[in-house]
Parts: sequence; structure tokens; C-alpha cells
Amino acid sequence: MPDAITIRGLRKSYAGRPAVDGLDLDIHTGECFALLGPNGAGKTTTVEIAEGFRDRDAGEVRVLGTDPQGAGLEWRNRVGIVLQSTGGLDLLTPREALASTAKAYSHPRDVGQVLASVGLEDKADSRVVGLSGGQRRRLDVALGIVGRPDLLFLDEPTTGFDPQARRDFWELIRALAVEGTTILLTTHYLDEAENLADRVGVIAGGRLLAVDTPEALGGRSAEEATVTWEEHGIRRSLTTATPTAEVARLASRMPGGEVPSLTVTRPSLEDTYLSMIAPHVGSDAPEAHHPTEVPA
Amino acid sequence: MSAIALGLDRTVLELKMYSREKEAILFSFLFPILLLALFSVIFGSQFGGADSDGMTAGGWFLPGMLSAGVLLTSFQTMAMSITAERDDGTLKRLRATPMPPVAYFLGKVGLVATSSTAQVALLLLVARVFFGVALPTTADRWAVFALVFTLGVFGGTVLGIAYSSMATVRTVGAVVIGPMLLLQFISGVYIAFDDVPQWLQQVASVFPLKWIAQGMRSVFYPSELASAEMAGAWETGRTALVLAAWAVGGLVLCVLTFKWFKRGTT
Repeated sequence: MPDAITIRGLRKSYAGRPAVDGLDLDIHTGECFALLGPNGAGKTTTVEIAEGFRDRDAGEVRVLGTDPQGAGLEWRNRVGIVLQSTGGLDLLTPREALASTAKAYSHPRDVGQVLASVGLEDKADSRVVGLSGGQRRRLDVALGIVGRPDLLFLDEPTTGFDPQARRDFWELIRALAVEGTTILLTTHYLDEAENLADRVGVIAGGRLLAVDTPEALGGRSAEEATVTWEEHGIRRSLTTATPTAEVARLASRMPGGEVPSLTVTRPSLEDTYLSMIAPHVGSDAPEAHHPTEVPA
Repeated sequence: MSAIALGLDRTVLELKMYSREKEAILFSFLFPILLLALFSVIFGSQFGGADSDGMTAGGWFLPGMLSAGVLLTSFQTMAMSITAERDDGTLKRLRATPMPPVAYFLGKVGLVATSSTAQVALLLLVARVFFGVALPTTADRWAVFALVFTLGVFGGTVLGIAYSSMATVRTVGAVVIGPMLLLQFISGVYIAFDDVPQWLQQVASVFPLKWIAQGMRSVFYPSELASAEMAGAWETGRTALVLAAWAVGGLVLCVLTFKWFKRGTT
């Protein structure tokens, strides 16, 4: 099956400063792909170009086989977009907003089922103005999936969620992935990427630095593990490529074979990510991420 | 669904939102009716009433309030609501769906057509029942009324949509209400047009509101009052021409300038 998204040599500058600088990216059909990167890395620009909301300066972009720049309503029919915080629905109920949105699509999901799947049945007929932040976000997601899209863009979907709401939300995304929806997720939460994504891509300085599974990103599965323990009241640690043997050796010399306060860790996805983007953070990386308004 | 069906659905949705916004109901829908009542009470004693020269305060203010209503429900509602929708991401979200853009505009037109028709009906009813204003009895007067009303509302709608591109959500209140208030005072909505200095009358004549007000006076005032107009006549033909020109110009402007995203985000 052809890839859902193919990007080659993508370039976009704002006022002469490159935000995306020769980016290549492939997103396979049916996968959940997480795009990670610091603010100003070119993440939002890349995603908005793929969504058809921004024009590019150079490069090739194919989304569901179509160039999103100037793509028509047929293409929109197959794409779901969950934008960062939107408003304007305060005076409607979730059911009204969803029913109206669903009518624009050729094969929409059942509104009642969508409401149930995002856990808004109880609030279905209450005004949106009275919903909590997490409930509004779930409505945003509901609006993004009600058209039964082949490809779903999720832009920082769980910002501001409490831990339980995030777990519930992840379940919802996993269910969509099981149904075969291709998902492009941008997030600042590394655990979110680790939990949801089949693959993650790290973007910084307008380029893609690495693409891999969350487990293998930056070669972290092959990296040495850190073993720490307590001996004679002192915290000790060592790094080793053979942590199992090391722990066995420790256990054999401890009375009772129990190693006090033992931990074995490998670099977390967050550690790997932070070391990867370190050279790019704090540099002058422009992106029209925040709206700048000019008084009329 | 076809664009027409989606436009109808958008109309219903727009009407739901409009009717649930109490501020909009009070300050655009009911406002001209409240003003008519207020002016009738305040200025009632200064008019001879139906018995002497045939003019009551209600009758005298009715054309102005009808004109203000047209301006409020079309221009103000469109300019303010679309500025807000552009700012809060509503337009971007709609653009992300396969809804044909024309359905959105049909929804706006449907909203304005419904709310302004209801407003005018209510205004005429209140004027007739509570303030004893005699309404026209001839078909040609009602035909002029329908023409002025339709052109005025359509022009106000497209100009309001175009105007929304010039404002941001922070400035929209001042940018819309300020000029509108000025225009209402120099166009003969609140004060008699022949009390306005001639050079200001000339300025007002550039804008559609003066023509809407003049057209409304030609419908509801006795024929002999035509002599108080700038040209000494009702100028129905010219009124229609000017309003049609603004409507077409507004439509073109609307098509050329409409933006789905707020400044700095595309």
C-alpha cells in the first residue's frame, strides 16, 4: 500500500528565515506516527503544509496520493484534523456540533457512537460552554473523527489533561489505530509518543533528525544500562552492557542475596530526545507558530 | 449532501447560536424596537399626533428604526460574528471539513434574512399596535419597502463579511460600532436628515444607510414630506441604484478579501 504521507525536500521560510529546511518524511498507511520536536522546530509548519493550510516554498508533498496545496473537498472528505484549541462552539451542544459537521462527509460515523467513544454521552445535550477543558478537547477529537477519515492529524491532543483523562484518550486513539486509521500525532509528551506511536520522528532546526520505533530511537535499546544500589549506606552506580550479569554478581556478594535499593535503567525516550535536540535548542530557529496580529 | 442542503443546515445552526446569545438579541435584534418605544415616549408631546398633522413620534421615528435594524442585523452581526469566528478558529475548523465554502455563506445569508425579516415584522407590529402608526395601504409603497429592505440587508451582509477582514477580535467593537454610530447620526436615522448640514449630507450620500433611510421614509411618510429631502423628491430609482451598486461592490469585495485564517497564522 502506498504511504499515507510522502514528503521530500520540503522547504518553507518566513521572512527569509527557514522554518523547514529540506525535510523528508514518510508515514505509512495504518501507522500511528508521532512527530516530536521543540517549539520552533518546524513541526507545526510541516503539519500545516500536510493539512493543506499552508503553502510550501519547495519540495514534494503527497498526502493520500494528493498534493494538499489546493486539494479539493474530495480530499478533505478523507482527512480528519484535530486542531490545537478551537472555540466558537460555546452556544451549541456536542450533539448539534457533531451532527452538523457529520453532514459534510460522505460516509460519516454515527454521531451517537462517536459521542460514546469519546465519553461525552452524559454531556451530549449540554452547552459546550459548560464543558471542562478535557471534555472540550474530546469534542475536538470527536469532530475530527466523525467523518471517518483515513488519515487523522492530532495536534497536541492531551495538553491540559489530567492523568486519567490522558489514559482514556490514549485508549480512544488506539481503537482508531486498530480500525486502520493512519494517525499523525504531534506532542510534547514523550510518554504519549511511547504509548501510542508505532514510530516517532524527531524534528529540529527544520529537519528530521531521526525516525525509529520509540524503543529503538537514537539507538537507546543498544545503549549501556545503569545499575544503582546501596552498599554500606552509600549510593553506588555503574554502567554496563551486561546488566543481568552485574546484578547476579552483586547479589552473590550481598548477605541474603538481596541488593538494597536496586535499580536498572536505560536512557528513557526523554533522555534520548533531549540529547538529540540539545544542539538545536536555544538557537535562532524561527517559526510562525504564534499568531502575530496587526491592528486594523 | 448538496451545498444548498448544507447551507440550510448551517442556517438552522446559525439561528440556534444567534437566538442563544442574549447580548445579540438585546443589542441587535430588539434594539431598534426598544429605541422606537423610548423615542415615542420621550418625544411624544412634541408631535401633534394623528389628529393634527398626521404625524406621531412613533410614525416619525419608524423609518429610522427600520434602517437601524437593517444595519444592525446585517452589517453589525456579520462584521462582529465573522471576526470572532476567524479569531477562535471556527473558520479554520470548517475549512478542514469537506463542507463547500458556499454553504457557510448561505448559512450567514439565511441567518440575516430570517433575523432581519422577523425584526422588521416585530417593529411594524409594535409601531402599529402600541404607537398607532398608520402603515401604507398601497401595493407600490410595499414594493418599494421590499426593494429597499432586500437590497439593504443583502448589501449590509456582504459589506459586513468584507469588513470583518479589516478588524481583529480586540478592535472589532470600536471599529464596527464607532463608524456605525456616526453614520446613523449623519444619515437621518436618529435626527431629521434636513437638520444635518449640507456638507455632511453629501458625505452621508456616499454610504448606503442614507439611502435606506430615505427609501424607508418614502414608504412610511406622507407624500408631501418628499420636499424635505435633499433633492426635494424621494428619488426611488436612484435609491435602488445606489443600494444595488453597494450590494454588488460589497459582494466583489467579499470574494476578493475573505480570509479563513487570522493574520499571522498562514
